[in-house]
Order: sequence, then structure tokens, then C-alpha cells
Amino acid sequence: MSTLKPNYPSLLEETAIKARRKFLMQAGTATFSATAVALLSGCTSQVANAESSTSTDQDVRILNTAISAEHEAVAAYQLGAESGLLEPGTLKVAVKFQGHHKEHIDALSSAVNSLGGNPVEAKTAYNFPIEKLKQQSDVLEFAAGLERGAVSAYAGAIPIFDNRDLSAAAASILADEAMHWAILRNALGLDPVPEAFFS
Amino acid sequence: MSVFFILSLVVSADNTKGNPEAGQRVYARCLACHSLERDRTGPRHCGLFGRKAGSVSDFEYSAAMQKSSIIWDADTLDHFLESPLTVVPGTTMGFAGIKDENKRRDLIAYLKSASESSDICP
Repeated sequence: MSTLKPNYPSLLEETAIKARRKFLMQAGTATFSATAVALLSGCTSQVANAESSTSTDQDVRILNTAISAEHEAVAAYQLGAESGLLEPGTLKVAVKFQGHHKEHIDALSSAVNSLGGNPVEAKTAYNFPIEKLKQQSDVLEFAAGLERGAVSAYAGAIPIFDNRDLSAAAASILADEAMHWAILRNALGLDPVPEAFFS
Repeated sequence: MSVFFILSLVVSADNTKGNPEAGQRVYARCLACHSLERDRTGPRHCGLFGRKAGSVSDFEYSAAMQKSSIIWDADTLDHFLESPLTVVPGTTMGFAGIKDENKRRDLIAYLKSASESSDICP
């Protein structure tokens, strides 16, 4: 029996490797603009290296912020799963969504490693609003809020990746988060797709 | 000089005059990383106005944010929210920003109201 695997982990890893190559190539390459000035003073590779390093560092920071939020989502679904408030069918879906977030972490962490960074670890504890979770709908609302925020977070990150392939990979994750959000809204009896545009 | 100053006052938007209800909807964008009461991937927003950037105790900020010298008010928030990475290069807030000035004004009005609410932020 064949299994279908989402393509974003490999896409992210491939993208990160390409970015690393680009970074290494640019480190020894002279290009015009600011670099041209540096060429005259004999420090081209240092400037090119610094520029590439800055953009790569920024991509790593964006990826790590996403990883941090994904870790929190995994912990939130764990809280929901262990709350005893979810019906069996809902619990099954929640665990599946949690698995998606774990896959996102693996893929994003691989990308950070490939870029020469260090992926952030999960916190030892999360300060969730446990006192507000009294029934299944409370858990679903809490999860829906996180998923809705995640859609916006990825939408806000996509335009600012220096490496546009990372943007494409983040869009793949965004689509998954949006599906989670829609399904959770549907389970809450809300319009699953309330708007034509989203930000 | 004085003419310029007066003109600046005329064209300057009042960033506290937004619609808090509309701003609450915009705030949903922030909920992946922030909340009013709790530190999450980003710091909590209770007590935001008048606070020095990078100063919530026990929250791990980027060095860039800690060194920014920003004091959060309606104007500094408006500037930052339009393009966080431009205003504080090196911030971990990897977000393109809110380009619509009306949405920013609404969001700031909501943040002002909610972050100073004794019910939400005792």
C-alpha cells in the first residue's frame, strides 16, 4: 500500500540547501551596487558575505519564530487531547492536526539546520488559559484561534523571506493551517470559510 | 520652520482615533504569537502603552529589540506595525507588517483599550 506524503518537508529541505549554496557562492562573488564600492577598496567578499549573511540570518529568524509557534500548537493540541473534553471523533482529528504541526516543525527545523542555524526548542511549559477550557467547544475555539493566527503569521512571513523558495514552502504550510481553521470553525457551527480574502 | 511644524500637525494622523471593535478583528492576526495576558512566542500586550520595547521581565527578546530604545505609544506602534523588520532590523517578529493605515489605527485603538482594561489586564 502506498502512502501519500506532503511535499513541503522535501521542498523546504531542498530550498534550504539551495539557499546555503547561494550564500556560499555569494560569499566569493562581486556584484554591482554597494559591493562595487567595496571592490575598489578591496573588501568585496567581506561585504557580499555580510549581505548574504544578513538575509540568511533573517530567514533563520523567521523560520525559528514559526517553529516556536508550531511547538506551542503541538502543546496546545496535547492539552486538548488530555483534557477529557473531546469526543472520540474530535479527538482523532485533533491528534491528526497535532501530527501535522509536528511535521511542520521537522521540516522547518531541517531548513534552519541547512541554513547553518539552530532550530529553537519547545518551551518546558506553556501558560495556556486552562481555566477557560470547560467543554469541547472551548477547546475547539482555543485551537481555532491558534490556527487562525497561524494563517496570518505565515501570510505575514511569506513576503519577507529573502529566499523566495522558502516563501513557497511557507505557503504550503499556510494552506494546511487554513484547512485546520476551516474544519474547526465548521465543528463549532460557524461558517468554515467566512471571507473571500484573508490576511 | 514654524510653517513646516504646523503643516506636520495638520497632516499627522491621530493614531488613537481608530475603531477598537474593528481593531479586535485585526488583532486576530496577532494571535499566532501574542496574547494580551500571557507571554507566548511574542510578549504579552497588557501594559504595552508606555512600556520600553524589550522590557517584559522573563521574556527572551532579540538583542535588536532590547537595543531599540522604543517606548510604545500610538505613534511608535504605527511606525513599527507598518514594517517591523525595517524599524527594528533583527527583530524576531518575522511579519511583513500591516500596510493599511486605517487597519493599523483600528488595531492600535483596540490595543490601547484592551491592554489598559482592568478586566483583561488586572
